[in-house]
Amino acid sequence: MADKTIYAMYDDDNVLKDAAQSLVDKGIHIKDCYSPFPIHGIDPIIGVTRTRLGIAAFMYGLMGTCLALIGMRYFMIVDWPMIIGGKPNWTLFHNLPAFVPVTFEFTVLCAAHGMAITYFIRNKTLPGMPAVNPDPRTTDDKFVLEIDTHENHGMSAEDIISAVKETPIVELSENTH
Amino acid sequence: MFKEAAIREPLILGEKSYHDITIDVVGPIENKAPRAWYILLAISGLIAAWGVGCILYLIGTGVGVWGLNKTVGWAWDITNFVWWVGIGHAGTLISAVLLLFRQRWRMAINRSAEAMTIFAVMMAALFPGIHMGRIWLAYWVFPLPNAFGSLWVNFNSPLLWDVFAISTYFSVSLVFWYIGLIPDFATIRDRMVKPKAKKIYGILSFGWSGKAKHWTRFEEVSLILAGLATPLVFSVHSIVSMDFATSVIPGWHTTIFPPYFVSGAVFSGFAMVQTLMLIMRKGMKLENYVTVKHVEYMNIVIIVTGSIVGVAYLTELFISWYSGVEYEAYAFINRATGKYWWSYWAMMTCNVISPQLFWVKKWRRNLTFTFFMSIVINIGMWFERFVIIVTSLHEDYIPSSWSMFYPTAMDIGIFIGTIGIFFTLFLLFARFFPVLALNELKSILKISGESYKVKE
Repeated sequence: MADKTIYAMYDDDNVLKDAAQSLVDKGIHIKDCYSPFPIHGIDPIIGVTRTRLGIAAFMYGLMGTCLALIGMRYFMIVDWPMIIGGKPNWTLFHNLPAFVPVTFEFTVLCAAHGMAITYFIRNKTLPGMPAVNPDPRTTDDKFVLEIDTHENHGMSAEDIISAVKETPIVELSENTH
Repeated sequence: MFKEAAIREPLILGEKSYHDITIDVVGPIENKAPRAWYILLAISGLIAAWGVGCILYLIGTGVGVWGLNKTVGWAWDITNFVWWVGIGHAGTLISAVLLLFRQRWRMAINRSAEAMTIFAVMMAALFPGIHMGRIWLAYWVFPLPNAFGSLWVNFNSPLLWDVFAISTYFSVSLVFWYIGLIPDFATIRDRMVKPKAKKIYGILSFGWSGKAKHWTRFEEVSLILAGLATPLVFSVHSIVSMDFATSVIPGWHTTIFPPYFVSGAVFSGFAMVQTLMLIMRKGMKLENYVTVKHVEYMNIVIIVTGSIVGVAYLTELFISWYSGVEYEAYAFINRATGKYWWSYWAMMTCNVISPQLFWVKKWRRNLTFTFFMSIVINIGMWFERFVIIVTSLHEDYIPSSWSMFYPTAMDIGIFIGTIGIFFTLFLLFARFFPVLALNELKSILKISGESYKVKE
């Protein structure tokens, strides 16, 4: 049997959330959901896990802090010591107060850009990437649930479609591939 | 579902659906631009071209074309720099700090305020660049390995901290702005009919499709960027103020500078947001989204920050007397009664007295009055920087070297020119970019929309 992807369209975020819940209760696995804005509370229903981007940002920030301190120690203390404005520079520790601003800025720079780049790569959203939303209206005012028959072994496509039709859909389309 | 108290004024007026929000924001991009837009673009474009001409003349001839002299070595250039950076503080404050405080009214103004921030910081960064004289060597501000032996930039200097602060602030604000724009570009891409426009918005939208996981990441990234940008906003103008505060010039050498500069920056930034938003809501018919309540909220921020600035001025005056340092005392007496008395009193009137008028509810909800005040405040804030910089320098320790600063045509041309460039960029933004954060507005429609509130 050819695999089918079923797209169920709704015109309200809360309706979609209730529909997703009822489908999941029937044991249907929902592959994804397309919406024009974040629907709060849909993630646990369709099994989207929490993102780890926050941890990544922390790591990038830590890297920035270390790089800034290593760099400034090398430039100002090791390679060519400069006493300017009477600021002591025998060790990194003595010179540290003057290094706080740049350390902070560089930490933020690395954390923000590192996280942003990771975000784009993980999302696979990069300049020139093709859009994969099933219907152009999902970026306007429609909400779509995507169900793959290939991920629902226990059920036939007809069973899934009839279950979907019980929810208040506005449109139903399917794709065979 | 979360509901907002019914007595709170709605943030989206009228009977709106999700689709209506799309139409209202994307409509101006799809339709032909009104004639007023072309007229405004032509005017600001001409001023911008004049500014670019002056800048090229300056670079070709040298910094001597400015009115600077041996005593007043810093004047309009740094005044304009600080003024523009200050204006650039509102955008990130609105989008980052208000996001952390969960203020929903930010959603109607954050996109254009952030755009304004980015353009203002670009204008600001221009001034130190052209002040170097040899702008083609501007990359020397970065610690790059070089052929001059162990010649590194000085990390003890606030001027170098500024390089890092401004470049971090600019690039992080840009990323924050763009990440928010991507889903809205996707909305435009999916509505565009002309293949060329569809293609361009397709590239700009990075192939955004609005998957559940992407939205989860989007919200997390927005929140973390807001958390990172919040201390960044405060650090940037603190560091700008240290350019002055760490020197030993009477009138500059004060520890109050960082908080005083930051609140002044937010004060002028919000004034500029008011100026732009009041024109934009009228011109693009966004009255249902940028409501009188939004204007009032911003005016309240203006009262708070304006009052902090007022207190800072008075504290400075008090300390100059209380410290017993005669040079410090003279710097302030000279500001108020010396040859530049008019600039001091212009600053006092515009920044201390005028924001207090917003205590009157009727006035802070009056759009014409707000528009007028927003311009007064920005003039006042320009004078603040002028007063700090020029009046502290022009009468130094040796009376024989006392002098005045007279701006040349190049000083004026470059300053006015940056205003032209700024407005040109903003007009282009208003024409081709989604000026309201579509996805965010849609997410608050059911919470703060007028029609939904009535139904309860």
